[in-house]
Amino acid sequence: MLLRTKLFGKTYEFRDIRELMGKANEPKSGDELAGVAAESVSERVAAKYVLAEVPLEILRQNPAVPYDEDEVTRVIDDAVNETIYNEIKHWTVGDFREWILADTTTPEQIRRVSNALTGEMVAAVTKLMSNLDLIYGAQKIHVTSHCVNTAGMPGTLASRLQPNHPTDSPEGIRAEIYEGLSYGSGDAVIGINPVDDSLGSTMRLLDMTYDIIQEWNIPTQNCVLAHVTTQMQAMKQGAPVGLVFQSLAGTQKANESFGIDVGMMDEAYELAKKYCWPQGPNFMYFETGQGSALSANAHNGWDQLTLEARIYGFAKRYHPYQVNTVVGFIGPEYLYDAVQISRAGLEDHFMGKLTGIPMGVDACYTNHARATQNDIESLAVQLTAAGCNYFMGVPMGDDVMLAYQCTSYHDAPSLRQTLGLRPLPEFEAWMEGMGLMKNGILTEKAGDPTIFLK
Amino acid sequence: MQESDIQAIVEAVLAEINRQQSGSPAPAAAPPAPTANGDLVIDLPDPTTLEARRTPGLEHPANPDGLRALMATTPTRIGVGRAGPRPRTKATLLFLADHGVTQDALFHEVDPKMLEEMGLFTVESQAHDRQEYLKRPDLGRVLTEESRQILRERCIKNPDVQIFVGDGLSGAAIEHNLPKIMPVLEQGIKAAGLTMGTPFFVKNARVGLLNDVNAIVDAKVVAVLIGERPGLARAESMSIYMGYRPRPDSTDANRDAICNIYDGGFNPLEAGAFAVQLIQKMIQYGTSGVDLKLKEGENG
Repeated sequence: MLLRTKLFGKTYEFRDIRELMGKANEPKSGDELAGVAAESVSERVAAKYVLAEVPLEILRQNPAVPYDEDEVTRVIDDAVNETIYNEIKHWTVGDFREWILADTTTPEQIRRVSNALTGEMVAAVTKLMSNLDLIYGAQKIHVTSHCVNTAGMPGTLASRLQPNHPTDSPEGIRAEIYEGLSYGSGDAVIGINPVDDSLGSTMRLLDMTYDIIQEWNIPTQNCVLAHVTTQMQAMKQGAPVGLVFQSLAGTQKANESFGIDVGMMDEAYELAKKYCWPQGPNFMYFETGQGSALSANAHNGWDQLTLEARIYGFAKRYHPYQVNTVVGFIGPEYLYDAVQISRAGLEDHFMGKLTGIPMGVDACYTNHARATQNDIESLAVQLTAAGCNYFMGVPMGDDVMLAYQCTSYHDAPSLRQTLGLRPLPEFEAWMEGMGLMKNGILTEKAGDPTIFLK
Repeated sequence: MQESDIQAIVEAVLAEINRQQSGSPAPAAAPPAPTANGDLVIDLPDPTTLEARRTPGLEHPANPDGLRALMATTPTRIGVGRAGPRPRTKATLLFLADHGVTQDALFHEVDPKMLEEMGLFTVESQAHDRQEYLKRPDLGRVLTEESRQILRERCIKNPDVQIFVGDGLSGAAIEHNLPKIMPVLEQGIKAAGLTMGTPFFVKNARVGLLNDVNAIVDAKVVAVLIGERPGLARAESMSIYMGYRPRPDSTDANRDAICNIYDGGFNPLEAGAFAVQLIQKMIQYGTSGVDLKLKEGENG
C-alpha cells in the first residue's frame, strides 16, 4: 500500500490506513496524547488529500481492530448489507462526501446506504467534512424511534430531564423533576444518574419516577442510569423500567473496562423487550464519548473519532430509542477547549445519524476544560440546526452530582422558540393540557414547579 | 494510635486555634453608607451566600411556601424563574460567578509566601505550564531532572513518612487547607513515634508523582496533598492520596485517598487526624490500597 501526496512541493507519506486516519483528524488533545495526531497543519491537510482518494472497501478491510480479535468489529462487519455494499465499495471517501451533500441525494437514500457502512467508513468521511458540512449533512438524515413518545421527527426537539441529586434524595429529585417538567423538559426521558447504583437504590428511583409519570399521566419513559447488570436484575424483580441504559465503547477491550460485552448487551436487549413497560419497540438508551478507549488503553493505536464511530455501529444492533455522546465530559486531555468540544459534538451527531441511530448530544464541559456556558449554548444552536434529536435538561445547566455543566431546563424551550421547533408531539399535547404551552410557546404558568404540589 | 488519641490531637489543635483567634481583634464594623448627593451608589450584598442562593427567582409561584420547601430539598438551581424562555438575570450572574471562581482557581498559582511560611521549597513536574499540564497528564506524573537533583540534595532519605504538596487542579484548595492540616499531620506523625521526611511543594503536580518521589526518598509511606478538580462554586476542595512504598508501576489500586477536604466538607483538622491513622495502618499491615482492605478484612 502506498499512501503519498505532495503539498507545495513537499512529500508526505503515510505508512498505513491507521496512521492516515489519525493524521487526517481535526486537532484533538486526545489524539496528541495517543501520539497519532498530525505533526503539522500541512501534514493534516496532506492526510485529508490522500484519504479523499481511498476507496470505501479499503476501510472495511482495515478495521481498527482485526475481525478475529474484536467482537465490536465482528458485530459491525456482520451487519453490513452486502448488496448495498457492492454498489458503494468502489466509491472514494471524497466521492462519498459529495454524494451525502448532493441535493439529488435524498434522506431515504442515505438511510439505505447506512446499512452498508462500517465505523471506519463513517469516520473517514467525517474527517473530510467542515463544521457546516457536518450540520448540513446531518439535517438531511432523519432517524425516528418510538417508546412512549415518537422521537426524531423533523420539526421537533426533545429534552432529557436529568434530575440528579448529590445524595439521591427522592424529595430533591422529585423537586427537580417538577421544575424540569414545568419548562417542557422530559419528553426524551426522565433519566437519573444515581450516586448509589445498588439494586435497592435503582429500584427505588425507578418506582418513584414511574409513580410521577402515572400520577400526572405524562407521555414519557423513565430510566435509572445504573450499570446494565443492575437494571437487568431490577427488571427481573419487577421494577418499572422505561429504557435500559448503558455506556458503550468502540473496542472489545474498552467495553471490558466498562464491565460489558456483546453477549451481556444481547441479554439486556432481550430482557428489555420482555420487561419494559412502554409500548416500544425501541427500549435501549446508550451514551458514548470520544476518548473512552484511549482512557482504558484500548485504542489499538487508532484515533478517537474512528473509535467513536464504531460505537454507533455497535449501538445500532439494539435498535435504541436514543443515543447521545457526552461530548465534553471526559476532560481537556481528550478535548482541550471549546473549539475541540464543539467540533467533536458536531462530528458525533453527524456520525450517529449517518450510522442510522437516533442521535442526541449532551453538550457539556468540565471545569478544567477551556470552555464556558456560552460555548455549549452556541454548540446547542448549531446542533439544533443540524437536526439533533435531544439535549439534556439540568437546573441552570449545573449538574451538582456529576460535577459538570451542560444545557439548562431553559435551553430546550429557548432553542425551540428560536428555531421554530416543537416538543415531541405526545408531550406537547400533554403540556397544552397542563396549560404549560400554547402554540409552541411557554405560557405564563410555565417555570413554576409548585403547580405539581397538591 | 487509637481513635481516642486522634480525638486528643484534634482537640489540642482546635484549642490552640481558638486561643490564637480569641486574641485577634473583632472584624471592623461596616463603613457607614455613603450619603446620597446625586452620585450613583451601587453597593451590593454578596449574592453567593447560602441565604441569597435560597431566595427564589420565580416571582409569583402558585404556592410560595411550597416553592421554598422544594428548594430546601436540593442544592441544585431550581425555583430560578425565567425571562421568556431564558433564565432571569440574577440566576445567570450567579452561575457566572460560580464558574468564575473555579476558573480562577484552576489557573491560580499557590502563593509562594504561604509556601515559604509553611517551610516548603518548590520543585516542578515535567509539565512546563498550565496548558501542557491539562493536556498531558503523563508529564504531570514525573519530576524534571533538575527537581530530582534538588530532592536528592535536600530531602531526608528513608523516613517512615514522606509528605509533599501539589497544586493539582486547584491552587486555591492548597491555600485554603494547608495551614490547617499540616500542623495536624506533623504533630500526629510525631505522636505516633514515626519519622517524617522533608516536605516540599510540586508545581503542576499529578497524583502519580508518588511513585517518582519515592524513587528518591525511599519512604515507607508517601502522601501527597493535592488540589481537586474545582466543582462549580467549589474551588477549595483538597485530597490526600497515599501509598505504601510506591514503586514505578504502582497505580490507583495501590493507593488510598481522602477526598473532599475543606471547611464544610471533610474538615481539614479531622482529615489530618484520619490520614495519620491510615498511615499507621499501612505501616502495620505493610501494604495499601485494595490489598490493605483485603488484609484488614482478614483480621476482622
